[in-house]
Amino acid sequence: MALLETRGLTAFYGDFQALFGVDLDLAEGETMAVIGANGAGKTTLMRSIAGVIAQKPDMVRFDGENIGAMAPDDIMAAGIAMVPEGRKLFPSLSVEENLLMGAHRRKVDGPWRLETVYELFPILKERRHQPGTALSGGQQQMVSIGRALMSNPRVLLCDEISLGLAPVVIKDIYAAFPRIRETGASIVVVEQDIGQAMKVADRVHCMMEGRVTLSGRPDELSREAIHDAYFGAAA
Amino acid sequence: MIWVDTVLQGVLLGGLYALFALGLSLVFGIMRLVNLAHGDLIVLAAYLILMIVTLLGLGPFLAALIALPIMFALGWALQRVVLNRVLGTDILPPLLVTFGLSVVLQNALLEGFSADSRRIPAGWLETASLPIGPISVGVMPLLTFLSAIGVTLVLQFIFYRTSLGRAFRATSDDPVTASLMGVKPSSVFAQATGIAMVVVTIAALYLGTRANFDPTTGPARLIYAFEAVIIGGLGSLWGTLAGGIIIGVAQTGGAQINPEWQILAGHIAFLVVLLIRPRGLFPRAFD
Repeated sequence: MALLETRGLTAFYGDFQALFGVDLDLAEGETMAVIGANGAGKTTLMRSIAGVIAQKPDMVRFDGENIGAMAPDDIMAAGIAMVPEGRKLFPSLSVEENLLMGAHRRKVDGPWRLETVYELFPILKERRHQPGTALSGGQQQMVSIGRALMSNPRVLLCDEISLGLAPVVIKDIYAAFPRIRETGASIVVVEQDIGQAMKVADRVHCMMEGRVTLSGRPDELSREAIHDAYFGAAA
Repeated sequence: MIWVDTVLQGVLLGGLYALFALGLSLVFGIMRLVNLAHGDLIVLAAYLILMIVTLLGLGPFLAALIALPIMFALGWALQRVVLNRVLGTDILPPLLVTFGLSVVLQNALLEGFSADSRRIPAGWLETASLPIGPISVGVMPLLTFLSAIGVTLVLQFIFYRTSLGRAFRATSDDPVTASLMGVKPSSVFAQATGIAMVVVTIAALYLGTRANFDPTTGPARLIYAFEAVIIGGLGSLWGTLAGGIIIGVAQTGGAQINPEWQILAGHIAFLVVLLIRPRGLFPRAFD
């Protein structure tokens, strides 16, 4: 049984439909990448799973329970943590306080606590008393990932973590993924950077205009098939 | 020496204004809610303390201790049942609701306690004073000022040294992202309003023991509270204390020149600060 499932997931912004019946399964310990161009519905998918966009209860299931209609804080408490697009650090909190916010409600024993997050991203320990928003973009992304890990989530949702970052910084951030995977967390990575997504994922789904247009293991998918699914066959 | 006395009395008076303002500052700082019923809630708390004093025969400080949890519960319920429903991107609905609440409170108090002025009896404390060199300082004004500093310290501690304070600041920064961290904004807001009502009760204790009050006293307290909050910088607790002191000193200074200028001098000080520092003296670095 999948740890996380979406079934016929739809989402609307007013009259505009952003998702059209998305079905996805995420197994325990699996890393799934969702790729697609701007406006494909990737962030809407993540926000729907995290509860920011309310759904019908059975459209999202986690560990056998319907969570589609649950509030974001309850979904987080259940074990799904999100690294939101744009980092979204709290400007009035220091780096360490931002990290501690991740464990505000979900306090479970697990591999992730302040010390282990600082081991994963040592620069954060040096900057722990600075305001989170005073850091570089890459360091802010490390805080955002660390903050989500602090809840010891069973599912980690990473929304466009490479957005706006230099390639060398992206490489540094993705270098942390094997360590995160070792702890047994399932991961959903939403990316426009196809190369990075293919490197870390066990399975890849490509989205276009609110629909999943291609699914498979990274080694099964040809460049042409991904190109067609990403941009549309006529592109 | 007269001016030293004037400034000292102004600083002590500022403590009372700071107490009026700290609850308002707390609520505004966390949820950007301007509570137009704040002054009326202070008056409501003063009547509650008066009732406890009258019915149970307790002293005002003990009565205030009993009133604190009652007012916390009232604030919590007010936020959960009424104010959370109107909070959003539009600032007009909460303004209208709290304005309506102000009208309802004033009329309910008028119905329940009549228009007669009341005062909470404080016994010998009302006239007690301490000599400091050639100057005499009233014990109640001194207690008021020390309470204002104490309340500011406690609120600072809650804000910057506790998990609840982190949640307050995070929710104030970004309620959606805070909810992704497991924070329930509606619950955080209710706790904040509950704490604000505790501060309101402390303010009510000193309002009621130092001056007469009646059901229509609230709006004037609200104006002083607003001015102190804005002078200090929206959402800044120490700034709010400083704002209260500036108004207090301006009022006693104005009264020293001409007793008719007391209230006017406070408002002029407010306008001068607003002209020089439109965001207040100690604004938050990000808003």
